[in-house]
Amino acid sequence: MRQNISQPLDQNDLQKISSSKAHEDQLQRQLIDTRCRNIVTAFFSASLVWLLSGSALAIAASIKLHSPDFLTQSDWLTFGRVRPAHLNTMAYGWVSGASIGVGLWIMSRLTRVPLSKSPWLWAAFFLWNIGITVGTIGILRGDSTSIEWLEFPGYTAPFLLGAFAIAMFEIIRMMNKRPPGHVYISQWYILAAFCWFPWLYATAVILLVWFPVQAPAMPPINWWFAHNALGLWFTPVSLAAAYYLIPKVVGKPIHSYYLSMIGFWSLGFFYAWNGMHHLIGGPFPAWLISASIAASIMMLVPVITVAINHHMTMKGSFHYLKSSPTLRFVVFAAVSYTLVSVQGSSAAIRPLNQITHFTHYTIGHAHLGMYAFVTMMLFGAMYYIMPRLWNREWPSAFLIRSHFWLCALGVALMTFALSIGGWIQGWELNKAEKGFMEILEITLPYLQARSLSGGILTLAHLMFTLSFLLLIFGWSPRGGTPTLLEANTPFRRTQ
Amino acid sequence: MNDKQRYISVWIGFLTTFATAWFGLVILPIFNLGQFTDEVQHAKIPKEKATLIDLGRDSYVSNGCIYCHSQQVRPSYAGSDMKYFWGDRRTMPTDYINDKVALLGTMRTGPDLSNIGVRQPSIDWHLTHLYNPQITSQGSVMPPYDFLFRKQKIVGVSSPNALKLSGEYSPPEGYEVVPKREALALVQYLLSLQKSKNPLPDPQSNGPS
Repeated sequence: MRQNISQPLDQNDLQKISSSKAHEDQLQRQLIDTRCRNIVTAFFSASLVWLLSGSALAIAASIKLHSPDFLTQSDWLTFGRVRPAHLNTMAYGWVSGASIGVGLWIMSRLTRVPLSKSPWLWAAFFLWNIGITVGTIGILRGDSTSIEWLEFPGYTAPFLLGAFAIAMFEIIRMMNKRPPGHVYISQWYILAAFCWFPWLYATAVILLVWFPVQAPAMPPINWWFAHNALGLWFTPVSLAAAYYLIPKVVGKPIHSYYLSMIGFWSLGFFYAWNGMHHLIGGPFPAWLISASIAASIMMLVPVITVAINHHMTMKGSFHYLKSSPTLRFVVFAAVSYTLVSVQGSSAAIRPLNQITHFTHYTIGHAHLGMYAFVTMMLFGAMYYIMPRLWNREWPSAFLIRSHFWLCALGVALMTFALSIGGWIQGWELNKAEKGFMEILEITLPYLQARSLSGGILTLAHLMFTLSFLLLIFGWSPRGGTPTLLEANTPFRRTQ
Repeated sequence: MNDKQRYISVWIGFLTTFATAWFGLVILPIFNLGQFTDEVQHAKIPKEKATLIDLGRDSYVSNGCIYCHSQQVRPSYAGSDMKYFWGDRRTMPTDYINDKVALLGTMRTGPDLSNIGVRQPSIDWHLTHLYNPQITSQGSVMPPYDFLFRKQKIVGVSSPNALKLSGEYSPPEGYEVVPKREALALVQYLLSLQKSKNPLPDPQSNGPS
């Protein structure tokens, strides 16, 4: 049944060969995967390069925070440049690049429309990665805007906007060409995310960087953008992956279609209003801040809905966690989504925000979201997608297992260290009994623990990169039997 | 509803959920906070000094001081900022109208700088602190910004603006450390941060607030 992957099929071949519905479906999937193979692999590979560069920048920034004399010879490597370079390579190079790949593939699978053959998607790939390269160098040479989550200098934005516009049109094209019938929840999430992000990014770049508004109006726009980049771009793509992958691996439909709809619309409605909880106590009208605090608490609606829906789908299938690499990463990520969202809602409440605002607690929260949720979800998706694109299996269960446990250990250490250290820092600053320097000293061991966790995570990334390269270059088993974490579990490959 | 109608209504949903927040958090603040005229009279700064302050702000922005230092004082009900003498009143929107970027910050690894020009008015202190924070603030985790300084051979008499360094921090015999223009500008910018001294807008006026 399996065709040689090196001979792509086209529509004519398909019609000739098709004899049964199942056979036709399988050929259609092969056509989709063949069309996706090069471009999606390119997005994934580039995103892994950014993941590794971002890790190096992260370790440098983290060490500098407890050992200020580390790497001070050049202005290119001063803390205030390395830190935003880390954030932007991770947020745009790694997470966004990988998300574009995951979004294109899932959309193509669900609409049953093969990816366009036109060179435009390659233009998007090159524009995107040239943009990230130019932006990162820009920050390091001193062109950072110091607008958080938007530090890339203004001359980077045309690259990123151009690339994203192409990706958006491809997603819309696939949606429009799909055969009539049921639309799956992941499609709503991906379609919305790919349309919301260009609007977000264009608004922020125009009003903050290209034609800046008066300074007092900048922070609300800044945090509307920064929080929605998380909430209306990273989050929906990752949730789309969870909604696609969990039912696929466990072989059951999602628990409730209606719950998933409530989750989707309440996410769009409430998340969009969240950003101002980063500005509590700042020089802004009270209504602006209060609206965001209320919306932050209302985020419990989509979060609990999604959590129930995922949990009920998983119910009775938890034993697959022992064997399926994809499921293990995805479930870890889905649980983290619930945790990070509840933590975020609570930190928006004024008395708690008074303590956690301006401390490492927020940084811990950001890593719980961007790493334990989004990054783990993207790893899970890649574990599922790559073998299907290449018709090859992952080279080694040992590499996957170590990747998982190093990630889990690293991000747990980071989150605990920063949450506890940040809480103590905020608690003491709020009491204002100890001197500022004295409180700084208390936080140092937690910052050192964070550097250690950075090292652990980097090791995990190297393991994954090795697996990824072995798979692409063919030093891994050919299709048939998937690489499982526990080989003796009965498991059948689903398409 | 047929397939196409449902598809269109979903599109309308995407746009309205997003557009309401866009209107509330982007457009309204521009009208609310982005249209101050200079009815609030800030102290006039001589042009030459203003240029230097602008250059200093650029340095503050490009070197990412914002990642450890905030520039906002919360009211006493929302934080203990005033107990650390970071300002004697909360900061107001009008305190930022002369800034190109509002550098409010979200992190306090270091202290708030809204009023650093009032709290520490010494140019020498700031220069020494930037050159190596350990000299003035033992135990600080602020990195040294020695790339803003030049180590040069003393020719004849030493330069008037050479840093007065002693002990382990002093340069080798016959050398001196002098600040580059960027360092002087950055210090002028820091000294200009006196947000509590800005006049408050007239509460009776009809202008934006």
